Amino acid sequence: MDAVLETDHPAASKAGVVDCDIHPAFSKPGELAAFLPERWKAHVRDFGMPTPNVYVGALAYPRLAHGMRRDSYPPAGGPPASDLSFMQEQLLDPLNIEFGILQPLSTGHGTLNLELGAALCQATNDWQIDKWLSKDARLRGSIVVPQEDAAASVREIERRAPDRRFVQISVTPRSLEPLGRKRYWLIYEAAQHHDLPISMHSAAYGARANTGAGWTSFYIEEHFAFSHAAQTNLASMIFEGVFEAFPNLKVILVEGGFAWFAPLIWRMEREWERMQAEVPHLKRRPTDYVRDCVYLTTQPVEEPPVNRHLSDILRWVGTERLLFSTDYPHWDFDHPDHAFKVPLTPQERRAILRDNAVKLFRLA
Amino acid sequence: MAQHVVCRSDEIPVGGSRRVNVAGRDIAIFNVDGTFAAIANRCPHEGASLCKGRIYGLIRSDEPGQYWVERPGELVRCPWHGWEFDIRTGKSYCDPARTRVKSYDVSVTKGSALQEGPYQIEVYEVSLQDNYIVLTL
Repeated sequence: MDAVLETDHPAASKAGVVDCDIHPAFSKPGELAAFLPERWKAHVRDFGMPTPNVYVGALAYPRLAHGMRRDSYPPAGGPPASDLSFMQEQLLDPLNIEFGILQPLSTGHGTLNLELGAALCQATNDWQIDKWLSKDARLRGSIVVPQEDAAASVREIERRAPDRRFVQISVTPRSLEPLGRKRYWLIYEAAQHHDLPISMHSAAYGARANTGAGWTSFYIEEHFAFSHAAQTNLASMIFEGVFEAFPNLKVILVEGGFAWFAPLIWRMEREWERMQAEVPHLKRRPTDYVRDCVYLTTQPVEEPPVNRHLSDILRWVGTERLLFSTDYPHWDFDHPDHAFKVPLTPQERRAILRDNAVKLFRLA
Repeated sequence: MAQHVVCRSDEIPVGGSRRVNVAGRDIAIFNVDGTFAAIANRCPHEGASLCKGRIYGLIRSDEPGQYWVERPGELVRCPWHGWEFDIRTGKSYCDPARTRVKSYDVSVTKGSALQEGPYQIEVYEVSLQDNYIVLTL
């Protein structure tokens, strides 16, 4: 990269951008309590919200700049992305975000007490409506579900599905079992029924260690391991037959990288040719399922040492299944004008930045 | 080579920064231990505003658990992905030959001297007693 850059800021994409990964935050601890019934408020006060994580209320590793864009702290106070007006001023307006999809990182996904998890998810979804969706028509929500309790998850999906401001169902990848296992199928059945994609966002928390081999020493390893969790769950969903059972289900792998996608599928194809007798419940090839059912978000964009290699990667993965995301306000934010440092046709650029998401989520 | 008066020198404290727009250019001015330096405000990676970055030094280490800071106050770390630039030269720490931001000449001049030109003063009432930061384009 030979980069002496002093030009004026180029206009953000004229056609509008759909940002598929915005992390809304509480202004202060305890903000969610207003959305919890008394019974659960008292429970949290007296017993806390135990999860399988060893660190209660903290991240396992210190992060670059506390994991936040250093310029994203609202001038009015509070944590990054806790103040709608500053989010509008810093993200939605200047980047020409036509639709922004909220990805709340909820404790409700993973509490050990499943009833509490269900209450926290319901509260998080009410909070999305109250603080964000009802205040800015560009924002869209994610139905957060207590994924280890599929029946409770379905109840929450049924409760939210009529509200079209919720455009997807959010599950986290470090689940109790690989996400293709039958214990989760009720969630997929409801997702397909309501035409709501499953969004699987990489997470620092979960029921399991951050790698299949146990805990890493460093944050740099964990950040990298997000891809592994996405790969494991994608393979599980394909080979357990999720996409055979629910051919219209859509799954979005969020913030897990995408360069690995093509070689993983190539390898699956080769293995399937040799070993398909073991999985006769699959009527189609792995590549057929992913073509119809799987999408990936782009942030953090891959940055090969030779820029033009990104062009190859984008075409191997398929520009029709990539969805632009910023990850605002996290430190590894991507800007729509600068994330793709390769020539793209106007159609490809528009597909990634906007049109794929508009079609997938039926936004316009 | 036009010279532009951008602000009073006491408006940027030691360790501080200020974003200015001079002749259409977005420029970040820093006060490094009492001397001023100016670089283009946009990170060449994804365009973040460098004047919002943390001003720091180089963290060195020769073994786990041992570290120290060299050249404190001489580098700015991009507020987004943490790319580090030498405030005085605009060169990045990781790839100084190729990845850099434009560096500008700045100096401090007495208000009394500014009365004589060739300075371009756009916004400021210049008082004779104060010192001013002058940027050369």
